[in-house]
Amino acid sequence: MSFLQNPIHRAWLILMIATAITWYLGEVGAAGTGAIVGMLLIAFVKGRLVILDFMELRQAPRMWRLLLEGWMLLVGSLILLAYWLSLR
Amino acid sequence: MNSIAAEPPVTARRLPGDLAIWFFILAEMLAFAVFFAAYAFARASHVEEFNQYQQTLDLNAGALNTVLLITGSWFVALAVQAAHRDDMPDISRNLLLGWLCGAGFLIVKCFEYAGKFGAGISLSTNTFYMFYISLTFFHFMHVILGMVILTVLWKQSRKGIYGRHEANGLESGAAYWHMVDLLWIVLFPLVYVMR
Repeated sequence: MSFLQNPIHRAWLILMIATAITWYLGEVGAAGTGAIVGMLLIAFVKGRLVILDFMELRQAPRMWRLLLEGWMLLVGSLILLAYWLSLR
Repeated sequence: MNSIAAEPPVTARRLPGDLAIWFFILAEMLAFAVFFAAYAFARASHVEEFNQYQQTLDLNAGALNTVLLITGSWFVALAVQAAHRDDMPDISRNLLLGWLCGAGFLIVKCFEYAGKFGAGISLSTNTFYMFYISLTFFHFMHVILGMVILTVLWKQSRKGIYGRHEANGLESGAAYWHMVDLLWIVLFPLVYVMR
């Protein structure tokens, strides 16, 4: 499909599908470690698409790409740690 | 004289927009990181309260707003692409569509707030609502600032300022708008879904 040849269109489509999955997990009331890890992974994939394709950091100096990807990792890890503490 | 030879190689690494906007974006993202962590750790000591009141949030509105911000971000990314191929009308059109997505986000959020405030909920109701209202309102203000930036970019683009050789301002504003989207991508699952 020619629509998907543009990386920005491809990113948008994946972001829409990922959002639908997160919505569905909320709709069925998914809870617990598996659900949280899954949602954080989805958020990480979505965040990377925004960083690399929308912000165009894929071709940027590596430092900036790593800083923003690192932010995603940092935030995800802190949330995971807090949820792990709450499940103990 | 070959004009193509003067172009930088496609593989050259280049940061879109001004360097200053990226430092600003980083500072904003760090502030939100602290806020997100504060929410998650506050929840760890009020698990039942957070789980109970999270269910009063409108999941559909939150998901719809995710769709609106991502789509708004998509249009603005397309505006930058249009600038790189000197397609002036397409720059303005996509900026306007991105702005409209932002406006849609604000409208949905206002309905959500109206429902909550109408039910007598305020910052002092409980810890969960304190975080829900302050975190989403802090983000709300960033959407408004992003829309002000898009308005300026749209006006400039109508004057034909942006194109292949002048896209710095457009790319800087676009980067800020994408940050607003990126923040919501974390905020939505964290506040509306994770339990």
